[in-house]
Amino acid sequence: MIDWLLEPLQHSFNQRALVAALLIGLTNGYASAFVVLKKSALKVGSLSHALLPGIAVAIMLVGLHDWSAFLGALIAALLIGLGSLAVSRGTRLDQESALAILYTSAFSGGIILLRRMNVTHEMEDWLFGNIMGLRDSDLWMNYWISFGALAILTALHRPLLMTLFDAEVAATLGVPVRALNYLLLAVLIVVLISSLQAVGCMLAIGLLVTPAATVYLLTDSTGKLFWGGALLGSGASAFAVLAGWWLNIEQGPAIVLVLGAVFLLAFLFGPKYGLLRKLRKSTHSESIS
Amino acid sequence: MTPSSHECCAHHLHHHELRVEDLRVSYRDVLALEGVSFATSCGSCVALIGPNGAGKSTLLKAIAGLLTPDDGRIFWRGTRVSRWSREIAYLPQREDVDWQFPITVRGVVAMGRYPQTGWWRPFSKTDDAAITRALEAMDLDALQNRQISELSGGQQQRVFLARALAQEAHALLLDEPFTGLDRTSKATLAALLRTLAREGRLVIASHHDLETVKDIYDEVLLLKRRTIAFGPVNEVFTEENLQASFGPMEKNGKAAV
Repeated sequence: MIDWLLEPLQHSFNQRALVAALLIGLTNGYASAFVVLKKSALKVGSLSHALLPGIAVAIMLVGLHDWSAFLGALIAALLIGLGSLAVSRGTRLDQESALAILYTSAFSGGIILLRRMNVTHEMEDWLFGNIMGLRDSDLWMNYWISFGALAILTALHRPLLMTLFDAEVAATLGVPVRALNYLLLAVLIVVLISSLQAVGCMLAIGLLVTPAATVYLLTDSTGKLFWGGALLGSGASAFAVLAGWWLNIEQGPAIVLVLGAVFLLAFLFGPKYGLLRKLRKSTHSESIS
Repeated sequence: MTPSSHECCAHHLHHHELRVEDLRVSYRDVLALEGVSFATSCGSCVALIGPNGAGKSTLLKAIAGLLTPDDGRIFWRGTRVSRWSREIAYLPQREDVDWQFPITVRGVVAMGRYPQTGWWRPFSKTDDAAITRALEAMDLDALQNRQISELSGGQQQRVFLARALAQEAHALLLDEPFTGLDRTSKATLAALLRTLAREGRLVIASHHDLETVKDIYDEVLLLKRRTIAFGPVNEVFTEENLQASFGPMEKNGKAAV
């Protein structure tokens, strides 16, 4: 039994996957608190789809290198994010509609491009992730992204929280609200890209929302929301990588599924905001009245 | 500096003047304010009165530096207000705020220290003392570790005021502070606003309930996209001016003075 549990760790590609899962889960989990407090899960999810066409164009132009996919994805997400802003400002259309049009168009283009190139077999990796396929260089990139993102987000924690709580009041206290909003979105996009290899662009948003959303059901403390999200994100990701090996299931979907399961538990059994607790409370108050 | 008292304002009345000259503000193509001028100073409690869409919130936001005027100027203590100022606190409508946000009462009040602490510097003893004093002044010290979602409307409004005090603001701009409060909370808030003005701060609040204007405020600014009238409450708060602002009143309407 012990051998069976520990066997995955004897292979270097498994160790690499495990380290990557811990890192990616940590960064995404921490950053997910901002997504939840910003209430912008759908917007960030749309941008994660915009990563695919960026990767396709980058591979087409310069081939697949360590940084080409990363840069292509970053540029595409920025273009589509800013493009939706430009469309909504220039027309009577709202930004979410503009975003939906832009990202689905780009995504479709990306699929068609990728199928025409000699990387067809990797298509599924881009969509759903392949954490076992990580190389050392990928790991280093993840390390730097995690380090940079966490450094920026913790350094700007105070003004970012003020902006998310009430942007107008924050502005009257001298917080550079607009710059911080752009910076936060940029950091979130970079964090999304770091999780591409683990969960792919279809599932990336799951890893960048669920951890803190789960903790949000359990605590009222802002600090716990961030570090609890980071802990849950890395723990669940690492566990899912191992479980994927033990049970022979795909690791990318396993990560998101494990997180979803933990969320369900918190939703049902959370001591303060859980469903059961609420039901018990309402039947209790009925029996009193 | 003795922080609880605010006598500096009383001593230098001529310095602590808020002057708005010929202000014009529009949202995209829609004109919200035009030719608005008035001048008031610390120690006064000013009511902003006018029908919905008269530009009350717009005026408050413009003074707070949240909106860029198309034209006209705002002076605070003789200096042009172009963006934000630590001395001017803005208190939004309560319904504009997400009260489910995971933060404690003390956490919100501590935000008022941001101009002093900046991005990451930890709170100093001075900061902590200012926060505690603000909480005590608003009678919130017992609630300081509560989640803001657990507060009543009156307590929520006092949290905003405490943040403005922690900020050590001289001018307080309140958007509809009395809306949605019960009778007791309204009386408490009115007394607090009176106290803050008496201590030497300038209090400007948009206000709906015409019956209580005379009890709370010293000066009135009647607004309907333009200044209809401005001055001491006894001179300006007249039937004639109200009609000019709100249009003809119903005979037994609420607005009859």
